[in-house]
Amino acid sequence: MSGIVGWGSSVPKYRIKVEEIARQWGEDPESFKKGLMLREKSVPGPDQDTITISVEAARYALQRASYVDPGEIGAIYIGSESHPYAVKPSGVTVAEAIGMQPDFHTADLEFACKAGSQGMFLAWSLVDSGRMKYAFGIGADTSQGAPANALEYSASAGGAAFLFGREKVVAEVIETHSYATDTPDFWRREHEFYPQHGGRFTGEPAYFHHLLSCARIVMEKAGMKPSDFAYAVFHMPNGKFPMRAGKILGFKKEQIEPGWVVPILGNTYSGASPMGLAATLDIAKPGERILMVSFGSGAGSDGFVFETTSELPALQDKAPKLRAQLADDPIYLTYGQYAAFRGKIRV
Amino acid sequence: MTVARIWRERGRRYRLEAARCKGCGKVFFPGRLVCDKCGSREFEEIRLSDKGKILTYTVIRVPPPAHTYETPYAVAIVELEGGGRITAMVADCDPEKLEIGQNVRVVFRKISQDGEKGIKFYGYKVVPA
Amino acid sequence: MREVAIIGVGMNDRWGELWEKSLRDLYVEAALRAIDDAGVDHIDSMYVACMSSGLFTGQEHVSSLLADYLGVAPIPAVRVESACASGGNALRLGWLEVASGASDLVLVGGVEKMTDVDGSQATLALAAASDFEWEAFNGVTFPGLYAMMARRHMHEFGTTPEQLAAASVKNHHNGTMNPVAQFQMEITVETVLNSVLVADPLHILDCSPVTDGAAAVILCPADQAKKFNSQPVKIAASAVATDAMALHSRESLVTIGSAKAAAEKAYKQAGVGPGEIDLAEVHDCFTISEICLVEDLGFTEKGKGGEFTESGATALDGRIPVNTSGGLKSKGHPVGATGVAQAIEVYKQLRGEAGKRQVKGAKRGLCHNMGGSGGTSAVHILEVM
Repeated sequence: MSGIVGWGSSVPKYRIKVEEIARQWGEDPESFKKGLMLREKSVPGPDQDTITISVEAARYALQRASYVDPGEIGAIYIGSESHPYAVKPSGVTVAEAIGMQPDFHTADLEFACKAGSQGMFLAWSLVDSGRMKYAFGIGADTSQGAPANALEYSASAGGAAFLFGREKVVAEVIETHSYATDTPDFWRREHEFYPQHGGRFTGEPAYFHHLLSCARIVMEKAGMKPSDFAYAVFHMPNGKFPMRAGKILGFKKEQIEPGWVVPILGNTYSGASPMGLAATLDIAKPGERILMVSFGSGAGSDGFVFETTSELPALQDKAPKLRAQLADDPIYLTYGQYAAFRGKIRV
Repeated sequence: MTVARIWRERGRRYRLEAARCKGCGKVFFPGRLVCDKCGSREFEEIRLSDKGKILTYTVIRVPPPAHTYETPYAVAIVELEGGGRITAMVADCDPEKLEIGQNVRVVFRKISQDGEKGIKFYGYKVVPA
Repeated sequence: MREVAIIGVGMNDRWGELWEKSLRDLYVEAALRAIDDAGVDHIDSMYVACMSSGLFTGQEHVSSLLADYLGVAPIPAVRVESACASGGNALRLGWLEVASGASDLVLVGGVEKMTDVDGSQATLALAAASDFEWEAFNGVTFPGLYAMMARRHMHEFGTTPEQLAAASVKNHHNGTMNPVAQFQMEITVETVLNSVLVADPLHILDCSPVTDGAAAVILCPADQAKKFNSQPVKIAASAVATDAMALHSRESLVTIGSAKAAAEKAYKQAGVGPGEIDLAEVHDCFTISEICLVEDLGFTEKGKGGEFTESGATALDGRIPVNTSGGLKSKGHPVGATGVAQAIEVYKQLRGEAGKRQVKGAKRGLCHNMGGSGGTSAVHILEVM
């Protein structure tokens, strides 16, 4: 058996409400609240970035899998659209911070919002093949959204880390599948600060085509149907898309809701579906199945079928759960404070 | 050179690596070659706890250049469980609501950077626990 | 060891933002005045106290530069740096050189040119007096360190912001009578408490200013002093002590251990106790430091410094007048010059030359000069001869 042995999520303390962004730009907040099912989003503090968020998430994962010696972790993969450096790995800083020994493999991954699930796939594959005892897959972002752009209402910050191993597995990986085509729905050119996107083109031919195809194939490979799952986690660029995808596939709202953190978190890009999975593991019971399908623009999806084990419950309370972090006394920002925090004010 | 200066401290800044004197048990952060209390030169490597209490604090309103756009921000002297004291910025808090004796937790954060083109400096801060 | 006396002193006309004067202008002006005041035709050696000419002006190696511009090369000249205690430490080295018999006429000068950088650079330069990697790196400023001492002092002893302010109000009052002082104006407790916060609980009027200035004294063996000066002043004690560099490493966050240690040595050297001191110049870089220092130098008990100050015990007509010059707060704090200027104030008081701020019948005075957040203290006791 191989799969997740520890997980952790990290979300900044700061938030901005949809109303506050809409007020700034003279927009109607209701169109974002109802249309995109977003209420507020997390904002990284000026001292937070993909590296610091990854460290906190990884430390929480190790707090849960407290028996793991960080020296035995053979790889760490961090997927993000906001690696702090254009050239210099995030993984080495995170590895040092969590006490890994120098004998490890690392790569900073990028594939828009599915970079995190790519890291999970690589980490699990290395562990499953027997090449390594433990490996980390992390998705984290301090997402960028240009001022006044629709993305500004959703682009948020957070991440989740998953430690994979072969013993004391809490969620076994039953099946995986990856699906990708050359579909330019969203991109960011070198030296550009904010991403560009294809507007409504990001929907049907991009998000829905890839995510639904991947979900159907991975379920087929596993010989399962929606009713075989207790939970489903789909990439969450807003509140509406994952719900609609679930409905098309035949999932009920109740299966999606536990991991559907986007209305109060926003879109954490590479962190989005991994954080949905983390929130689900926080509350799942033994013997339950979880379908997770990410989506990364450009475009592709990674699908995972997990089944939880009896090892899970004992670890749930050993580190802060995602929803508890979200509820823990957030600090609300004005648009001005938010703009300063995000470097949107040039000095 | 900034790079080497920052690099050599990473164990201390990232993992709170410290030393405990084998002669008298005094905890040093950062570690030293000789104990100022008993003169011993034998130390055991330890890691400081990530939990502690505020001994005293202030709110910086006139910052050095590295923190110009973060003011006002709080800084505290924290006594960590099991020994060792650090001076650290207090993040994610309302500086007006801090108190001496308050419990805090050590977190990993970006402290500052070498301008727009240089390296980023990571290290420890504390947050209310 | 020989006894040592001060036979001449010199400062700039007035300290402050001296835009037209460079570091060398400031120093040479004060040094020439000291040489003229002493009436000596040469000096054998020179100590230059300067904290951070590098960060403040870009110039290092100022000992040689200043010997050159003072026209005294090729005599040996040494720069002394121990942050804000550079002046006190230089005075001790000059004293040692004369006391040892190695030289007869030694000039001890101090200088800082601080206004060639903006406020934020000055904040950075001063923060370098802390343990840079483990304090300043983590965002704490120099006022921030003292603010943390103040907060703790309030917590442990119930010291109030009004008591802190009382030190500043008193020093400003004294400064109105000192023509050299940067700020010659009266302030009230309300003005201090209503002034802008720099690092809670310290307001801007709890903090000494950024100042350009220099000060110099000439030392010679006490038995030759009267050849030059009818009223020389004897250095009865000269002591320096150090303590943990980082505030967080100190045994106590509210006791300046280096001041206690240096004072203890100095009292022993002079054969006197704190009760026999007629006036003191203490290092009031921040109001809290004066509150701690009146305790740690033994003028009042630990924890009572606030009350003691508020009661008027340290005023000109009080039991032990403290900072008759206006202190660092009102006279100004050109870092390297401060320790030397403290000795000049006591010299003037002991000679009865302090004008309206004269302490009547002063026979023995103490100077306490401090570096960093207390990492160094220099204590000198001066006496009439």
